[in-house]
Amino acid sequence: MSKQKKGEPILSVKGLQKEFGAIIAASDINIDVHEGEVIGIIGANGAGKTTFVNMVTGYLKPTSGEIDFEGKQLVGLPSREVTRAGISRSFQVSQVFITMTVYENLLTALAIAESPGLTMLKPMHRAELEQRCDEILERYQIAAYRDHVARALSQGVRKLLDIAMAVVSKPRILLLDEPTSGVSVEEKFGIMDIVMNALKADNVTVLFVEHDMEIVERYVSRVIAFYQGAIICDEPPKQALVDPKVREFVIGHSVVKGTKKNA
Amino acid sequence: MLNDRTSQALIAIMAFCAIAGAFIPDWIMNQMMFGFSRALAVLGLLVLWRTGLVSFGHALYFGLGAYTVALLDIYLGVSDAFLRLAASVLVSGGIGILLGYILRNYRDIFFAMLSLAFSMVLYGILVKTQALGSTDGFAVSAPSFIGYVPEGKYPLFLLICAVCAVSGLLVQTYLRSTLGKLTTAIRDNEVRVEYLGYSVAQAIHIKYVMSACLAGAAGAFMAMALGQVDPDSMVNWTASGELVFVTVLSGPGSVIAPFFGSLVFELLRTYAFELVPHAWQLIVGGTLMVIILFLPDGVWSLITKFRRPAK
Amino acid sequence: MDTLITIILDGLQYSSYLFIVSVGLTIIFGVMKILNVAHGSFYTWGAYTAAFFIGKFSDMGWPDAFGFVIILVSALVVGLVLGFIIERGILRFMYHRDEVLIVLATFGLFLVLDDIILLVFGVNPYFAFQPMMLLDSVPVAGVVRDVYGLSLIGLSAIIAFVCWFSLNRTKWGNLLKAVIFDRELSLAMGINVTGVYTVTFVLGAILGALGGAYIAPTVSVAPGFGVDIIVLSFAVVVIGGMGSVPGALIGAIIIGLLRAFAVHNFPEIELFVIFAVMAIVLVFRPEGLFAPVKQRTI
Repeated sequence: MSKQKKGEPILSVKGLQKEFGAIIAASDINIDVHEGEVIGIIGANGAGKTTFVNMVTGYLKPTSGEIDFEGKQLVGLPSREVTRAGISRSFQVSQVFITMTVYENLLTALAIAESPGLTMLKPMHRAELEQRCDEILERYQIAAYRDHVARALSQGVRKLLDIAMAVVSKPRILLLDEPTSGVSVEEKFGIMDIVMNALKADNVTVLFVEHDMEIVERYVSRVIAFYQGAIICDEPPKQALVDPKVREFVIGHSVVKGTKKNA
Repeated sequence: MLNDRTSQALIAIMAFCAIAGAFIPDWIMNQMMFGFSRALAVLGLLVLWRTGLVSFGHALYFGLGAYTVALLDIYLGVSDAFLRLAASVLVSGGIGILLGYILRNYRDIFFAMLSLAFSMVLYGILVKTQALGSTDGFAVSAPSFIGYVPEGKYPLFLLICAVCAVSGLLVQTYLRSTLGKLTTAIRDNEVRVEYLGYSVAQAIHIKYVMSACLAGAAGAFMAMALGQVDPDSMVNWTASGELVFVTVLSGPGSVIAPFFGSLVFELLRTYAFELVPHAWQLIVGGTLMVIILFLPDGVWSLITKFRRPAK
Repeated sequence: MDTLITIILDGLQYSSYLFIVSVGLTIIFGVMKILNVAHGSFYTWGAYTAAFFIGKFSDMGWPDAFGFVIILVSALVVGLVLGFIIERGILRFMYHRDEVLIVLATFGLFLVLDDIILLVFGVNPYFAFQPMMLLDSVPVAGVVRDVYGLSLIGLSAIIAFVCWFSLNRTKWGNLLKAVIFDRELSLAMGINVTGVYTVTFVLGAILGALGGAYIAPTVSVAPGFGVDIIVLSFAVVVIGGMGSVPGALIGAIIIGLLRAFAVHNFPEIELFVIFAVMAIVLVFRPEGLFAPVKQRTI
């Protein structure tokens, strides 16, 4: 499926711009993403991180710029086509089907992903889907909550469900929007471990928006920092976390745990 | 198609009614015909309701179905029940496809108001046009069945039962398919459905056209069972209100619910009218309010309370 | 030339009575987000009450001019009593429910109230022409018009002005606008939102009843009286923008003039054209012509 030579980026964002009247939410964003990378996107609230995710996944239309994914232009495509092309996302506020159980949520996601055209008329509860559903539930360690109604789930489990639903379409790139926000401190690393292991096993390229620098440090090979709609830093974590601009505009000047040995 | 309990129950119930029809007195058969006709329209509204949409204008399709029968009868002399049914479904389905392009982008109160507006456009046209019957409407001649002209209404009753059974089965199959499951998914979270890869607007359009066809068939049967059509009882906003009332009364729980709820409504209406002629609206209105306040899943939820939950 | 004046005046008269009835509906929606089908009941009850008492007092020998007092008092009483009972007794249990479900419940309410009218006032029509007869007629630009009809236009102008003034120049108006914009925030700022809801609903009810009461002397008040006005006022409110008072005014004028034009020239399209405009506005500008500004929610 990949027409790229090894070494070429699979996702290329060029000159992406988003304006809401006088407000510039995204200013000349240029990012190249290579297969297998894990990229952390950091920045203060309102810096443009979610706007970026929304634009790449078709929820917002950029004012100008290009998004090149494996030779395909994504600008102007609705979210459903971006998903079908191979880029998925999870949400800052988990978007699940609140009246359905965890199992039904996942099954619905699977059914939509696996049923092009007229096969949408086949019964949803069928063997091949149900099997894969159980596998994913195991993989993301939420099998215990199988029959719980989504409305009643804890934040952590809801996040896992949200992410699990995003991977059923077997995406090449997954954008996670604050996967640990709202989750208790004890659960944060647990969730990220589950998610990152699952994604690595499937060879998914990951970009995730995150505020917690410990998490960023632990999992990423590259950090992109946003400030007022523009990218102010695009470096490996060791350099990024001591970069003066990043310290000024994102993480503050107090020593960040884990980088002490590098300061 | 027949491997789930609801489908089996539906077939059994319709078969029973069809056979019983040969023995019950005429007035009961009439009640059932009116009830089952209306139930078809309610079946369509049920699909929309599960999607989170309420149409205040389905009398448009009900009326189109009824008036197609009447006009075919009066201007072209068509009396065959099958032809009439087919024509009604085609007309309402066709209009449904067209209006669906617009309505599929609306939700909540706007969907309700726009569907109301469309139905009142038809009402306005019918009421002021002599050639279309104006406020009096038309009488409709008794239906024939591929040449055979029956004495009583039993063949019509059989046809209605058959169409109800088939429609119920089709809708049930639909609701168990992925496209059908999208009803609750869309109602719960449209954004997620889009992100999962399916067009919400298209899904809604399909459901809307389905409900239009069902309402058209309902109107056609009502016209044939009643022997007349008129705008006030079939196209006015109050007629749409009635359909929505029966939908709420029945509840969204099962495809059998509309048939049950419609019969309850017919009984309610007949007896209320006989016992307290100037207060039957009060009873209907009061029941609606009570159901919304205390029994939001309709009377069908009372029945399912005493059964094991089905899949 | 005659016809043009007639059309304009007919249109404005119709607009006036549409406006009086609809402005209450739109304010109630704006503040409470409820599209009240039973608004038509206020209209009907106002008409029946006024017609009934005008007849009674006339029989007792009171002067015809007293009819105007009866109209005002009927509107007030019907609005206060029905409005208060409905809002406090039924609606307040439904505020957390789905918008559309509330509309359905008010439809049920309308059916109930409609039948209660039959039980209270009976099935025979009421005629109460006295106030209209009293005001006689007057020539306007060569056409003879009922003064009563013209007074209707005057009444709606007064109501429009009072609404504008209250909303834009008084503290009460500011409170109302705050609640319209954001209920939760208003609560957080200490505004007695429950009280605002009740007062708004009652005021809207009074206006609806006034529409019915004022029109009563010009028609026969009989069963089925309020059915049409409900959808017509929906059309006005939708076209003008749900929750907007200037919108209700413009919407009423558009529909009134359109209808008058149709009645005099193409009577067949009289009804359908109103709803066609409603549909067109919904398709191209669903928020209405004067929609209140909506915040971004994402």
